[in-house]
Amino acid sequence: MIYFNNVSKIYGKDSVALNDVTLTITTGEFVSIVGHSGAGKTTLVKMILADEVPTNGTVFFESINVPKLKNKDLTKLRRRIGVVFQDFKLLPNKTAYENIAFAMEAVGKTNEEIESDVPHVLELVDLRSKMFHFPNQMSGGEQQRLAIARAIINQPELIIADEPTGNLDAVNTYEIVQILKKINDLGTTVILTTHNRGVIDSIGKRVVTMEKGKIIRDDKSGKYVI
Amino acid sequence: MTELKRIIKAGFVNFTRSGIISWAAVLVVTITLTVITTIILLNAVLHSSLNQIKDKVDVTIYFTVGAPENKILSLKESLQNLPEVQQVSYVSAEEALKLFRDRHQNDYPTIQALDEIKDNPLGAYLNVKAKEVSQYESIANFLKSDNALVLGSASIIDKVNYNQNKTVIDRLNNIISGAQKLGFLITLILVIISIVITFNTIRLAIYISREEIGVMRLVGASKMRVRGPFMVEGAIYGVIATIVTLILFFPATIYLGKTMTNFLGLNIYDYYVSNLFQISVIVLLSGVLLGIFSSFIAARKYLNK
Repeated sequence: MIYFNNVSKIYGKDSVALNDVTLTITTGEFVSIVGHSGAGKTTLVKMILADEVPTNGTVFFESINVPKLKNKDLTKLRRRIGVVFQDFKLLPNKTAYENIAFAMEAVGKTNEEIESDVPHVLELVDLRSKMFHFPNQMSGGEQQRLAIARAIINQPELIIADEPTGNLDAVNTYEIVQILKKINDLGTTVILTTHNRGVIDSIGKRVVTMEKGKIIRDDKSGKYVI
Repeated sequence: MTELKRIIKAGFVNFTRSGIISWAAVLVVTITLTVITTIILLNAVLHSSLNQIKDKVDVTIYFTVGAPENKILSLKESLQNLPEVQQVSYVSAEEALKLFRDRHQNDYPTIQALDEIKDNPLGAYLNVKAKEVSQYESIANFLKSDNALVLGSASIIDKVNYNQNKTVIDRLNNIISGAQKLGFLITLILVIISIVITFNTIRLAIYISREEIGVMRLVGASKMRVRGPFMVEGAIYGVIATIVTLILFFPATIYLGKTMTNFLGLNIYDYYVSNLFQISVIVLLSGVLLGIFSSFIAARKYLNK
């Protein structure tokens, strides 16, 4: 589904984010990318969204050459991917309901679909009671659950979760991981980046370990090693 | 269609939720529109003052005593046919005498001397008004020329006072064109300054939302879906600012109309009210276009990611 071929990202002489990375992710997989801060995890997943462009090498999403995409096609690609960030990246001026409705509007869903689906997905992440709250009226865990609800609302083929538990306590972390596993069980490919040992050990699926911009391990059902 | 409705609705919702930022932007657009309205009114004042001054300039052709009236009238006709001439008025010798007597009715020696002469010592004259002050010279040249229309009039023309008035007319001409150029320049500078300030304020308002723009794009929203609400917000700034500006100018012009009409030579309030429709259209268009255009440009910077 996703193919990185000899991808490098060089910001300057002394700043190499990715160094000749080759990685294949197949449909339906749950891949955890682990490593210390600055290992290149975020740069790698940003390339799938064309939020970063590689200095060398190619990135393919199925048959799409991602860095070469024109603006209009880029929008189409992003609609097939749901993204969850460490800092949630919710729209602060919109309520929980509107945040999700916006993602549905972006892909051209009708008002009827929005009205029926949004309460449903909020129920799924246990936020029904916070439907008309703004993000700043919600806790970190609630905001992240809202971000996940937004990421899955359009039934994407791929979920990218970039350090989704970085700002959360143990209980909320556990909940988020359970939700991601459930999403994966339903057939959606999930890419998770994290440096949280407990998270990786509790998932028990493929683990890709990165260090200084290189992939140093790739285990089928790995544990956090470094 | 649904898309458009959603964009418009989002624009209104953003406007109300942005609170103080929205009103700061409205305030700045209001200031810009106030500058534009002030300039419109100042131009009207300048125009009416210049017209009043221009109206006082004319050229008089004095004829010799006893010049035949039909020749004078045919000259009047040919003058009236000139494209530069706005109006020619004929004052016959008798009327000239009557006007002279009226003017000097308290000046006993002069009237007595006039009575002694018995005959009318005054000639008839033509009063010529040009459409533009700058055209008096060509009218004077026309009278001096060998043009068939003028031929034969030379003998009956006593003098043309153009040359006495020439320096005054020339200076006035310079002042008028200078005032117009200066007015235009000041207008241009003020308008540019206010547009730049408005543009920057709106840019600042959008800068606050730059991360939001990035998130919307990541969620897969099209450029127009992201930018549209900002443009709607810009249009709302323009509409509210227009209403505020137009209302503010009522008390302002009433005050100026009461106190400054003599000085300005024009009742600003009457002018404002009678041209309210045109002024509203200009101000509304400036406000709305400025708002939409500034938002369009400002949002572009954060969209191309």
